[in-house]
Amino acid sequence: MAIFPPEKRIWWKEPLHGFELVWIGICLVWAIVMFGTMIVWHVIGEQNLSNTAYRIDPDVFAARTEAMVTQYTVREEGDTGIPVVHPPAGSDVYLQASLWQWYPILELEKDKEYRLHLSSIDWQHGFSLQPTNINVQVHPGYEMVITLKPNKAGEFGIVCNEFCGIGHHNMLGRIYVVE
Amino acid sequence: MADATLFRTCPDTGLPVHLPAQRLIKANAVAGVLALALGGLQGLMVALTRWPDLQLLPAEAFYTMLTGHGLNVLLFWIIFFEVAILYFASAILLKSRLAAPNLAWVGFVLMAVGALTTNYAVFQGDSSVMFTSYVPMRASPLFYLGIILFAVGALIGCFIFFATLVIAKDEKTYEGSIPLVTFGALTAAIIAVFTIASGAIILIPTLLWSLDLIPEIDPLLYKVIWWAMGHSSQQINVSAHVAVWYCIAAMVLGAKPLSEKVSRMAFLMYILFLQIASAHHLLVEPGISSNWKIFNTSYALYLAVVGSMIHGLSVPGAVEAAQRRRGFTRGAFEWLRKAPWGNPAFAGMFTSLVYFGFLGGISGVVMGAEQLNLIMHNTLYVPGHFHATVVAGTTLAFMAITYLVVPLIWRREIMFPTLAKWQPYIFGLGAAGISLFMMGAGTLGVSRRHWDINFTDAALSFSYPDTAFLMMALNGLSGLLAAIGGVMFVVIVVSSILFGKKRGDDAAETNPVIGVGGGQAVASYGSEGTLKLPGTMILVGVFFIAFFLYYWVNWKYLSEVWPLS
Repeated sequence: MAIFPPEKRIWWKEPLHGFELVWIGICLVWAIVMFGTMIVWHVIGEQNLSNTAYRIDPDVFAARTEAMVTQYTVREEGDTGIPVVHPPAGSDVYLQASLWQWYPILELEKDKEYRLHLSSIDWQHGFSLQPTNINVQVHPGYEMVITLKPNKAGEFGIVCNEFCGIGHHNMLGRIYVVE
Repeated sequence: MADATLFRTCPDTGLPVHLPAQRLIKANAVAGVLALALGGLQGLMVALTRWPDLQLLPAEAFYTMLTGHGLNVLLFWIIFFEVAILYFASAILLKSRLAAPNLAWVGFVLMAVGALTTNYAVFQGDSSVMFTSYVPMRASPLFYLGIILFAVGALIGCFIFFATLVIAKDEKTYEGSIPLVTFGALTAAIIAVFTIASGAIILIPTLLWSLDLIPEIDPLLYKVIWWAMGHSSQQINVSAHVAVWYCIAAMVLGAKPLSEKVSRMAFLMYILFLQIASAHHLLVEPGISSNWKIFNTSYALYLAVVGSMIHGLSVPGAVEAAQRRRGFTRGAFEWLRKAPWGNPAFAGMFTSLVYFGFLGGISGVVMGAEQLNLIMHNTLYVPGHFHATVVAGTTLAFMAITYLVVPLIWRREIMFPTLAKWQPYIFGLGAAGISLFMMGAGTLGVSRRHWDINFTDAALSFSYPDTAFLMMALNGLSGLLAAIGGVMFVVIVVSSILFGKKRGDDAAETNPVIGVGGGQAVASYGSEGTLKLPGTMILVGVFFIAFFLYYWVNWKYLSEVWPLS
């Protein structure tokens, strides 16, 4: 009985139950398989999060975003006044998170690679690209650079999925992917 | 030496019970149940607000309620109850006096004052920063101060536990090794010290920052250290509720572990490897390398997961072995069919084990794979996972043992026995539903901690798939079911404590709460190695197949999202 001490003092010399030994073996093999899968996916998988990140002053990031917006804005989104930016394929694109906006709206080309720079200029935010379902944390003072290749045309929402205050649920951005 | 007048002998178990320890166990358990009642109610409000057709609360109240819910159930309910378990597993199980009861009371008061202070700060409305309180979002200083006070009190509880182990050893109140349940509690206490130290390292500077005494706290640094508290505190729960599983199996059925060696080794793996799981929350953060993430998120080659999988065999194996010893030997599952399902302690324990393993365990490992986290981070999948571990797992297990604690420690009979019989099933089903439907919604991308998934007031528009809305409605219904189970629990426990019939000394025969021969009769340690355990083998086989398939399905999902590197 487990709530009383083992009667025989030398419990560590008791033999193992046969199936227990088998199960421990299965568990250890499975553990190695799962560990190995993460490493193997870095080699064969196409979805690995970038290891590139920089410390950055929020003002500098905002300035770079604004520079891209000035250069590549193609239109405004409806009557919202939010610029839609179409940067050249293969270029560096900036997406700035702030209370409570993703700025600007990006228009990307399908099957082209972009270097997406993600950062926040105030609190933490969560980049949740839907419906493809990619979720990345966005920090102030850190700029993550993700090489991204949209593989489907359409309209994608960017939900903020890190709680960021009372306007959190209104923080919605967009990415267009065009053929 | 112990003063004999401070002890009573338990008529049910024959164990000497140290009265000051008994009073402390009662106080901590009651404080825990009060926190559960408040936090559970807040949880119901949250679930009903996230039901899109109801959206019960306005946005601001929702975020306040969600912050309070996390703190009250995840921190205050569970840790109060764990302190009660620590005192039980040391003083009572080792037949010892509790070390320094007055100091233990100081710890209790600190915890209570801390919990009240933080709740006060949250209800003021200026500290709706969620349980995680990520900087640079700022709460009122009282918010952090309350948590720090609570943690200091809990730390005192841990050291009372350690000191009691020393006293019991010194005064030779037991022979040989400490019992397995105490060993599990020791695991929990060691992890708790690490947890609380991490909490102090980050929350004390954060408190100073909230008072403008420190100019800035790095948000990434905050998360790395905060989660060394936040995640490790969940590992306290795991260790504690596994200890509770063994405890209930032993008390109700006289079950022995299949082998002490393996069960203790599995607990040891928790101590060695569970602490590094802070990484689970940092898999999609900037500035942390994949090498670091892979090593830490897997608890160094998944060794802590192996520990849990071993308990996953050993606990039902112990139950099967005990049942077979009692003659339920027909077929693979007679032992399970004829188990005491009408006893809420056993029913709660076994369903907690199943839900924890199948829902919580598998989803946790899947979500903790470095790349798979990309499709789950901060979606509802995350709370889906931890409601399976902490609600359907820990909370249900703690509720289950309460059905033994009330008669044995309070010496009161459980009131409304029929209600009590149903309570673990209703609560468990509700909790399992919450977990499943939140995981479902999360798989569809729905964000956690979000007031309005219709985005009514947003400048742009976006819609989640219709299925997601169905999931949220089902989540609301499950929340209601769990709340009913929770209310039943609180009503049964509180009325039994206050108005329950006093448990007489002959009740051990007339209305036994522990198994026949449960007490000293099975106090012997023996290998169950000669018994065949076909039922448990089938159960763990099914578990492994489910785990295996679900793991690879998620890699398939991942392979379909936009390529990124």
